[in-house]
Amino acid sequence: MKSVLWVVGIFAAAFVVMVAMAGWDRPPIDITQGGYRGLAMEHVVNPRREALVKAQNQLPEPFDPVEPGGPPATEIYTNIPVLADLSQEQFDRLMLGITQWVSPEQGCAYCHDEEKLEADTKYTKPVSARMLQMTAHINKEWKNHVGETGVTCYTCHRGKPVPDGIWFTDPGPPAAKGAAGNKFGHNVPTPDNGSTSLPYDPFTTFLKVDDKPIRIIPTKALPPTPGAGATIRHTEESYSLMMHISGALGVNCTYCHNSRSFFAWDQSTPQRTTAWHGINLVRELNTKFMEPLTSTFPANRLGPTGDVAKVSCATCHQGVAKPLYGAPMLAQYPELDAAK
Amino acid sequence: MAEYQNVFNRVQVRGPAHDGVALPRGSFTRVGKPYFSYWLGRIGDAQIGPIYLGWAGVASLIFGFVAIEIIGLNMMASVNWSPIEFIRQLPWLALEPPAAKYGVSIPPLAEGGWWLMAGFFLTTSILLWWWRTYRRARALGMGTHAAWAFASAIFLYLSIGFIQPLLVGSWSASVPFGIFPHLDWTAAFSIRYGNLYYNPFHALCIAFLYGSAVLFAMHGATILAVGRFGGEREVEQVIDRGTAGERAALFWRWTMGFNATMESIHRWAWWFAVLVPLTGGIGILLSGTVVDNWYLWGIEHGIVPGYPEATTVPVDPTAQ
Repeated sequence: MKSVLWVVGIFAAAFVVMVAMAGWDRPPIDITQGGYRGLAMEHVVNPRREALVKAQNQLPEPFDPVEPGGPPATEIYTNIPVLADLSQEQFDRLMLGITQWVSPEQGCAYCHDEEKLEADTKYTKPVSARMLQMTAHINKEWKNHVGETGVTCYTCHRGKPVPDGIWFTDPGPPAAKGAAGNKFGHNVPTPDNGSTSLPYDPFTTFLKVDDKPIRIIPTKALPPTPGAGATIRHTEESYSLMMHISGALGVNCTYCHNSRSFFAWDQSTPQRTTAWHGINLVRELNTKFMEPLTSTFPANRLGPTGDVAKVSCATCHQGVAKPLYGAPMLAQYPELDAAK
Repeated sequence: MAEYQNVFNRVQVRGPAHDGVALPRGSFTRVGKPYFSYWLGRIGDAQIGPIYLGWAGVASLIFGFVAIEIIGLNMMASVNWSPIEFIRQLPWLALEPPAAKYGVSIPPLAEGGWWLMAGFFLTTSILLWWWRTYRRARALGMGTHAAWAFASAIFLYLSIGFIQPLLVGSWSASVPFGIFPHLDWTAAFSIRYGNLYYNPFHALCIAFLYGSAVLFAMHGATILAVGRFGGEREVEQVIDRGTAGERAALFWRWTMGFNATMESIHRWAWWFAVLVPLTGGIGILLSGTVVDNWYLWGIEHGIVPGYPEATTVPVDPTAQ
């Protein structure tokens, strides 16, 4: 029967296409063991892709350091709400740095009115002032996440006025009006949910609030009452956030967890503590620094629901477990520690 | 003389098209004029049809069709009725169960009512099909083993999609109708209940599943191997053991010391297969009702191995 052959052939062709498009990494793959043998607690790296990622994570050439001392910036410039305790030389050096890191093509005029440098004519100037405070805040208050390596403008910006890896609340793809087709925030593959059917916007759920619990696994063997505890939907939300972290850091689940008990701290790696602080850090940056800036940004910089750009793990990490492979860039720019 | 081996050579056993035994009075008529398919003849009987639907079969198809329509049209609506997006995203699409706030009440259509309705139609369709397998076996004067094996699978389906959600008091705990979504649900279910790996009924389920595969391979191999002595006449060999049955029995007794019989091997296989969904369903029903975290339950019952302590063990920051 010819028709049977056709049907078999079409299914076989579809299968071959699906398999070919599944995103394989050809061997050899580098594997580093991270836990006790047999637990598959491994860090898996594709050395060919790793070479590309490393090339994208090089530090820019540092500007020559300046001696402390000299006339303070406040004597020369007006309207400097931040960095007021820098000397003029330090201040100028930092301005050059910011231009190189944030607006290398647009130059000073990206933030400043070139006729009147101190004017707040452009929204970018007050925003960068707030971002400098944010950078100092991270370096001072969040050492449990950023350590002594710290962060600079470049950690996120990488030569782009709008950093990669920011997020807006996702209203979802267009769906039919009416009573059918409710996705419940699921079933749209994105790079953030690991191309799964898990929720496509874990950010709005978890990263702009202080209190939404991520922990969904019970800490007691028996349920207090049947059905108590987190729902399966809540589990899928947390799962989606974890997929985002995995992708943003370029690591597997087992970088932080022993997969036999994701919740158990005594089974986890020390990196999990760092990540835990990181989630709280991101939450604070979004609620304290980014969201209050909503009205400062022009409408074309806001998201589809009118919300401000916000931070995720990917904003700093950009696919690497330690942003910029842990290069101590802040040490080259101690001025960034000083902004209050 | 030509040798008859399915798949491997061109010989097919083909008689005149056979309509089957006479049906009892009051039955529906059989549907379809029988014909022969060469390619299907290579892997089985070349005769296709006629099929007996009966009222249960007709009703089952109608209910099943309605269920598939509800699921498919909801998927289609979720991509704004775009046929291209429907095909492109099909593996990701689903008809989702209601939100948790509705518990086990009847939600509005847009909030999961369609899911509840699709579940009703699909379940009715499956149960009608079960009734059909039961009735057809009876009509042929057979035992009802196939129907009860099917019932075991239905038990698992209902445990996952209906009974466990009922026990934990929320339709939202149930499975979405979709390809990847139901797989993601499976992973989430295991994580939520602390890793199903440590659920002993899950372990039994896997043991029976793999065991079924092994038994299937052993039995298929045995019968093919003694086919040259008439071993394929298994039912006759049960009561009148010939040289095929003797050799098959001896083979296993020599290689592993014990042999099943021509009769018992089929009971072994049937029970192994039936116990896969039966034990699996029990494992599901115990999750969230009797046990909330299978890993911790496993620690209490000594089935979780310990490992040498790592050099640095983190402590829960919220517990500090």
